[in-house]
Amino acid sequence: MEGDLTASDAVWSERDTSPGAIEAALRELLRAQHAENASFVPARVLNLVVVVDAQWSGEIANRLAKVGRFHPSRTIVCAVEPGRTTLDAVASLTGDIEAGEIPKPGDVALIRELVVVRCGERHLAHLDTVVDPLVVTDLVTVLWAPHGHREAVDSLLHLAQVVLVDSVDEPDVKEALGRARELSDEAYVVDLAWLRSTPWRERIAATFDPTRLRPDLQTISRIGIRHHPDSEAAALLLVGWMAARLDWQPSRLVPRNGTMVGQAHARRQDVALSLEPAPELSTRGLASVEFETAGGRWFKLDRGPGGLKAHYRHTRGTEREWTVLGASRGEAGILGEGIRQALLRDPTYKPALEKALTLTR
Amino acid sequence: MDNPLTEGLERLPVHPTTLTIFGGTGDLAKRKLLPALYNLAHEGALPERFNLVGASRSDLPDEEYRALAADAIREFSRREPDEDVLTALLERVRYVSGTFDDASVFERLGTVLDEFDAEAGQPLNRAFYLSTAPEFFPIIVEQLGQAGLNCHVAASEVRCIIEKPFGTTLEEAQDLNQRVLAVFEESQVFRIDHYLGKETVQNMMAFRFANGLFEPVWNRNYIDHVQITAAEDIGIGSRAGYYDNAGALRDLVQNHMLQLLCHVAMEPPVDFSADQVRDEKVKVLHAIRVPEPDEIDRMAVRAQYAAGTSGGEDASGYLEEEGVPEDSNTETYAALRLEVQNWRWAGVPFYLRTGKRLARKVTEIAVTLKPVPHLAFKQEGSVGVKPNQLILTLQPNEGVSLSLGAKIPGTRMSIRPVNMEFLYGTAFLSQSPEAYERLIMDAMRGDATLFTRNDEVEAQWRICDPIVQKWEATPGPLPQYAAGTEGPSPAEELTLGADQWRAI
Repeated sequence: MEGDLTASDAVWSERDTSPGAIEAALRELLRAQHAENASFVPARVLNLVVVVDAQWSGEIANRLAKVGRFHPSRTIVCAVEPGRTTLDAVASLTGDIEAGEIPKPGDVALIRELVVVRCGERHLAHLDTVVDPLVVTDLVTVLWAPHGHREAVDSLLHLAQVVLVDSVDEPDVKEALGRARELSDEAYVVDLAWLRSTPWRERIAATFDPTRLRPDLQTISRIGIRHHPDSEAAALLLVGWMAARLDWQPSRLVPRNGTMVGQAHARRQDVALSLEPAPELSTRGLASVEFETAGGRWFKLDRGPGGLKAHYRHTRGTEREWTVLGASRGEAGILGEGIRQALLRDPTYKPALEKALTLTR
Repeated sequence: MDNPLTEGLERLPVHPTTLTIFGGTGDLAKRKLLPALYNLAHEGALPERFNLVGASRSDLPDEEYRALAADAIREFSRREPDEDVLTALLERVRYVSGTFDDASVFERLGTVLDEFDAEAGQPLNRAFYLSTAPEFFPIIVEQLGQAGLNCHVAASEVRCIIEKPFGTTLEEAQDLNQRVLAVFEESQVFRIDHYLGKETVQNMMAFRFANGLFEPVWNRNYIDHVQITAAEDIGIGSRAGYYDNAGALRDLVQNHMLQLLCHVAMEPPVDFSADQVRDEKVKVLHAIRVPEPDEIDRMAVRAQYAAGTSGGEDASGYLEEEGVPEDSNTETYAALRLEVQNWRWAGVPFYLRTGKRLARKVTEIAVTLKPVPHLAFKQEGSVGVKPNQLILTLQPNEGVSLSLGAKIPGTRMSIRPVNMEFLYGTAFLSQSPEAYERLIMDAMRGDATLFTRNDEVEAQWRICDPIVQKWEATPGPLPQYAAGTEGPSPAEELTLGADQWRAI
């Protein structure tokens, strides 16, 4: 994985090494870099600890390389190789300047640190003892294990304040949401599936924000969501969010002709729910969301070029369409947003997750 | 009822809005406003329904104005435009041409605004952005009033955003306020000081009021003096037409630098609502003693840059710049010593200086603490124990630095100053949005916290006006300083006692 992130300026490596030696090497790399040019200063935003299968580490490196300015300041990658008994490590520093450029006096060039530790399965139960000396104390530590590695995650949880998950990665949506729920008891969970629904949540909130339309929130009678076939979790979280915010009591969804259907009990009436896969959608996330109210109003948001296409039909039958401007963030953007969100707190995710779980029980 | 769906959202909904930019083909629109609108659109931050109207003298069809806007966005946006978003934004753009004293322009504008409302099936909020030459501000406002565009139906808001400069004298500012407030309520008016939209200026409030460390020493008992510097290493470039009429005092001191002073000196507001924050700033401005004519020479210095060397290159003097009259008495450097006469600050000098073609570009606030009352050790071999200095740098490297005395390693108790530094860029992932992005959104949202209120702008002018009058009445030539230097030597005489200007 080393060398994949960006061209590296200062590198140290050692076979059969120890966490103490890695930490000492990092300190020395930073000292030497600063002595060479005082314009280089280490970024101090957050630690990102990534546990990956060594054979797929290149893919994860590619994803991290695309997060741009949302790059963590210190990334510690634990690449798990079956059968390995010793630790090998590579530590490198990367400056945020163009290759070959030297910062001028008075300029500031940020240094980011990457440590790749190759470890074996035997290390996973106590991976915290490897990682603990390597994280920058007092910075937020974010844990991300895109390939599972439950044992490692359980070992590292006490070091992390934030766990990054992507509920759409798991083949079983119920299990994915359950795991997120379990983790959220131990740390703040940033779920990329939840972040995929952010623009939709913002637009739904905006739709009902005019004072004259707010009463309609109490009369919603149907929600229909179409989603990427892999993104049922994102759709469930969106419904869960509506249910949590509007105090609905949802019941379990059941499959009907390829669509998950069910209902939620609201104060005034029941809300019909349907979650339908949209095989034509090439990117993960949601394809459309539509609402109907008991009074006959209909709203729909469709993913489209340049933003979401909004459709509205009044009770009198008049229809309107417009584009809600906004660029797609893409998958790299979602991961970057996940890292950024590690420094914020969204109090609405956990209640939404609870309601989403109810829909799967 | 409240909207329960907004909780936890980073971007709160903004009521659907049509924004009209007067001066829509001008430099500010092209360099700042249109790119800011594009970036807001890209991030999904604009209101759910958003329309833009450009209004200017040039006779252009809608299509040509859209092409002009697209070119400006491509050239000046802080990010590469996404063509789909750009296209979708431009579809919502219309243009109205004509001179601003022509009532028919405002009739046609009203028709376009009504058409947008009809298309949306609801009355949209209306925001008018006055980005023209300042002499048109009262004309546009009065025309808006006469055309009935200063108010709309009950469910929607009308807002008027006014660029700087807000008057060039106290009298002009008062007159403009009077004319604006004859048409709009104060709550509808948003006077731009784009410094207030800068993330680092807002951070000053977080720095002061979110940390228990500094506030106990933030007063006359511990602080010796405060220096606020806004130095530029460049000359006036192609802005001779504007700059020679304005000068350094009007361009930066009267607005931006006094705002920075307010942020340093204000009391903690009860909350961060617009009026609470502005009330506290106005109190500071009222506490600054207005200089008497006969003391201005002792508390204010002006100068012009002369030919010199800047960045290793020959740099011409102000009077040789293209478009500057050879007998111009416009100052390119201004330095003031002000006193904030209240219990917190009495006796603490506030030094302000700004200039073009100085040694380097820096905007900073330096707070110098009083020296320790007694040193228990001799200073043999010391570089010197200096009073602690807290430096808040706004640009180029936004951050906070605290100078401390530390022991030089060795057998002797020798001291030298060291810096404890914090750089914003090292601690946050996000890129600061452009000031105009923040300010446009706040104005459309109706949040006036980062805008200057009528009494605030007049209080700023009350301080600067006597200096402006005195300088305009005093014939030149002005003292000169060589380009690329620290500024004129008479500025040294402003400092009291052992105070010294920090090196730029």
